[in-house]
Amino acid sequence: MSTSLLAEVAETPVSQPVSLRRLLRTYPRVAVASALLLLLVLVTVLAPWIALHDPVATDPSNALLGPSGAHPLGTDELGRDLFARVIWGSRVSLPVAFVAVAVGLLVGGTIGLAAGYRGGLTDLLLMRVIDAILAFPALILAIAIVAVLGPGLRNAMIAIGITQLPVYARLMRAQVLTLKGLDFIAAVRVLGASPARLIVSHFLPNLLNPLIVQISLSAAAAMLAEATLSFLGLGAQPPTADWGFMMNTGARFLNNDPWLAVGPGVAISVAVFAFNWLGDALRDALDPRLR
Amino acid sequence: MLAYLIRRLALMVPVAFLVSVAVFSLIHLTPVDPAELILGEEHSPEAVVALRHELGLDRPLPEQYLTWISHALRGDLGRSVRTNQPVVQAITERLPATLELGIAALAWSVLLAIPLGTVAALRRGSPIDVLATGFTVLGVSVPNFFIGILLILVLSVDLRIFPPGGYTPLAESIPDNLHRLILPAITLGTVTTAINTRFTRSSMLDVLRQDYIRTARAKGASWRQVIVDHALKNALIPVVTVVGIQVGAILEGALVTETIFSWPGVGKLAIDSIFGRDYPIIQGIVLAIAFSYMFANLAVDLAYAWLNPRISYA
Repeated sequence: MSTSLLAEVAETPVSQPVSLRRLLRTYPRVAVASALLLLLVLVTVLAPWIALHDPVATDPSNALLGPSGAHPLGTDELGRDLFARVIWGSRVSLPVAFVAVAVGLLVGGTIGLAAGYRGGLTDLLLMRVIDAILAFPALILAIAIVAVLGPGLRNAMIAIGITQLPVYARLMRAQVLTLKGLDFIAAVRVLGASPARLIVSHFLPNLLNPLIVQISLSAAAAMLAEATLSFLGLGAQPPTADWGFMMNTGARFLNNDPWLAVGPGVAISVAVFAFNWLGDALRDALDPRLR
Repeated sequence: MLAYLIRRLALMVPVAFLVSVAVFSLIHLTPVDPAELILGEEHSPEAVVALRHELGLDRPLPEQYLTWISHALRGDLGRSVRTNQPVVQAITERLPATLELGIAALAWSVLLAIPLGTVAALRRGSPIDVLATGFTVLGVSVPNFFIGILLILVLSVDLRIFPPGGYTPLAESIPDNLHRLILPAITLGTVTTAINTRFTRSSMLDVLRQDYIRTARAKGASWRQVIVDHALKNALIPVVTVVGIQVGAILEGALVTETIFSWPGVGKLAIDSIFGRDYPIIQGIVLAIAFSYMFANLAVDLAYAWLNPRISYA
């Protein structure tokens, strides 16, 4: 095989990257889900301007008011504006999901990359650790970690991040193992590419599609886990405007003030749904096996 | 098949070891000394030292682990810090309530999901399919505690059809037990219903494309025969693989559901123990859950290998 042919083989990617415009046009579901997510991000960024009220300022004389023009969702048991708290809640949920996924992606991804690339004993040992993490249902593991480290948002983030490791480790490892056996990788190796170059220029670009899908789905899982931990009193602590924790207190006022629980409940559901829906739509669009 | 079973069990040994080390470490990673925790607010330094010695906390960690694991293997997981009740007894006392709730949740989930997934696949693109697929994404997106709260709000607070919580043992009154079971079971089963519907639908769509379905139709088999005897039977095989995910979802969901509905099961015990800093109980529950989950996944793999001859045992 001549060098020019090898170079040509080396240029051939496994799955063609899809242009964003084509993706949005061909798959309307991706477009709608992206729009919903974009709206969520906008609300998070513009929270101080949308919310109108301070989310933690208490006003006992105006406690438990019903929805009105001044307070679109009413006020909570301490007189705080519920609409402001729901809007500001996105500033807790979204960053937590982001950090947890980043931890999972960076640490888990590196473990998977190392296991798949090195193989042998490295692979065997690293994957047993991952199996041990997988031996626990994710939320149970997160709760156990928070039980040890103590309640709080930071510890919740660490705990959720750890539960995210296995999915990225396994995904990376499987993809690297598949890619390792393909001709174009062998060709690049023969051409003398260093392991670092091989990983950065050839492995990672080909991993992008399955990763994007997984990131969207695990952001949903991370948000749900954070809300659950906070609902149980193990995540965000007062006075933080957190959706899960707001539902925890709201549940005590169901008889007369159902909005206290329903408002944040709708917010979590919409946010998690947006990520799940996008992940789902992207999987349909990007997974060549489903086309 | 036997070789496959042995290989799977052999792979489980190092994982089980790592899991036991992780669970053992729980108590040693806590910010507070377990001995100080047991003694409460007021205690002398001498008392702490004495209790640390009594509990073996002053011995090297590997030695403590060996003692702990050898006791655990004999069914002794220590005693509750709060009630002094043996951990195993505390868990087994509450297990029937959790099992009842979990079985009820899985039962309604399977009864609803299989017909719904099948109909959605048979009428692909119809309004019922759109509804079913929408439900599969919604079901895994809406937190189960929100579903529980909505059910309480509508069916307990507004319509007063069901009690908002509490538990009556089956032995005491079957009707009252079932009456209180319905809301928690719906809450706990929603996620698994969504998962089951999704898998039944996609698996059914896969099977309906197969040649043997066309052949069965061409031979003049009735529509019902084709669907029930040929398609559904084969479509349900891949659904078995998600049983593992469901066991996990039920175990996770039980913690939340039991807390909302004051259901006196293992999940509520776990949450109460976290707030009571009852680490031996937490350790015991986490260990029990991890091992049940591991064996459930093993059983799923074996069942799948047995059901699907294309899986290689090598």
